[in-house]
Amino acid sequence: MMRFLRRSYAAIIFGFLYLPIFVLIIFSFNSSKSRAVWEGFTLRWYGELFESSSILGALNNTLTVAVISAICATIIGTLAAFAIHKDMRPIEKKIVMNLTYLPVLNPDIVTGISLMLLFIFVKMNLGIGTLLLAHTIFNVPYVILTVLPKLRQFDNSLYEAALDLGASPSYAFRRIVFPEILPGIITGMLFAFTLSIDDFVISFFTTGSGVNNLSILIYSMARRGIHPTINALSTIMFLTVLVLLLLVNRRVAEGKKKK
Amino acid sequence: MERRWLFYPYQLWMLMFTVVPLALIFFFAFADTSTYTFTLDNIRRAAEPVYLRVLWRSVWLAAVSTLVCFLIGYPMAMILVTSRVKYRNMMVVLTIIPMWMNFLLRTYAWMTLLEKNGLFNAVVKLLGAGPVQFLYTDGAVLLGMVYNFLPFMILPIYSVLMKMDKSLVEAAQDLGADAFTTFRRVTFPLSLPGVYAGMLMVFMPAVTTFVISRLLGGGQFMLIGNVIEQQFLAIGNWGFGSALSVLMMVLIMISMMFLSRYNKTGGGMYL
Repeated sequence: MMRFLRRSYAAIIFGFLYLPIFVLIIFSFNSSKSRAVWEGFTLRWYGELFESSSILGALNNTLTVAVISAICATIIGTLAAFAIHKDMRPIEKKIVMNLTYLPVLNPDIVTGISLMLLFIFVKMNLGIGTLLLAHTIFNVPYVILTVLPKLRQFDNSLYEAALDLGASPSYAFRRIVFPEILPGIITGMLFAFTLSIDDFVISFFTTGSGVNNLSILIYSMARRGIHPTINALSTIMFLTVLVLLLLVNRRVAEGKKKK
Repeated sequence: MERRWLFYPYQLWMLMFTVVPLALIFFFAFADTSTYTFTLDNIRRAAEPVYLRVLWRSVWLAAVSTLVCFLIGYPMAMILVTSRVKYRNMMVVLTIIPMWMNFLLRTYAWMTLLEKNGLFNAVVKLLGAGPVQFLYTDGAVLLGMVYNFLPFMILPIYSVLMKMDKSLVEAAQDLGADAFTTFRRVTFPLSLPGVYAGMLMVFMPAVTTFVISRLLGGGQFMLIGNVIEQQFLAIGNWGFGSALSVLMMVLIMISMMFLSRYNKTGGGMYL
């Protein structure tokens, strides 16, 4: 009896969590515009999706911003992690780490607004440039938080041993330190890429008129009402993020196993 | 290794992109932008009854959704912990996956279910009743919040319960406590850090959202997030928008201090 209750409860919760997603995906293949009646299979909405220039433009912006901001954030975040790990006195470290955590803890809407104010204040034109900068800025802390643990794990005597054996500091860094922390850097980059694709709130405030990414487009379309092409777009985005995050998770799990 | 030169660029980066932007919010909240003098006008306006009602409504809806998440999430966390390992890992992954989906899409999914021609109304119709207004109500907003943030409640409680020393439960049972007493006196108090972490992780995004209320709720001045958005993007009153943002930050800080006192072990990052 207890077992039956437990199973039904779990089934209800999972039903609650997945029903909306499944309905969304199923009805993206429905040939009628109706969201309640199934009238046959179609790929029409996917076709419309790939013919719409506004959607393709937004997709292009999303991917461009995600790739460039992930790369920039990875470089900046990795260097910052080195600086935090190597160069700081404990008190400095504490202040810097708290400031690094601040954007992670702050509500997105506050981060978005504060960056918008900054960009307008220094008279930057809001557009793809500010979008890119904003994404880089909010990605940096996440890269730091994935690279820093790797640096802490690294056994510095290996580096010293390489120096003792006659390696130059840069050679020792390239051959000993870098390969050891590379998994952390790649995880951080994938993480940054995913966060960038997923972001809506910060993008919404830091982009200019006419420059959309997918999230902003979905928001403005959804505000006007419901259309099956959004279902198709949602399905594609859901699957993309799912695959990416499975990759990240696998890397993290493998890293843990190695440890 | 002399790499001290790396230290300053990152400090500069943080100063420019973390400290200065936040300082700007405080500046606009407390400065009269025409004369550049200190003023409390914006804060005073934020304390007008209209906006206090919006603030209260935000806190109330977020608190109710947090409570609902707790009430339905806690039993789920218990089920996860007591399942056999084989099922448990699968179920934890199933709980995490919806968190990975863009919350805009999760919210949009409920729009399609709740709208006039949606699946729910089709069911209502089959039962012979007229169309029910599900969408654009407080209930829909609440549902959207619970749906979006439920995993944030389940997972911290789950992780604390997993770490708990099971021998304490056995000891209670050996000493003659029944299942309910064991839960009330041992398991539940020990799981509190997870509960507080979960509450924080649900309450924070719920009280600051403007998307869920905009897509599922009715009316323009729904939650404080909507008012802030409106002030910046539609009306262009940065001073008042900033004052409301400061208010929101204070609110978050208070709830964080309130809850994080108990949150030494729970929380953590969930991918």
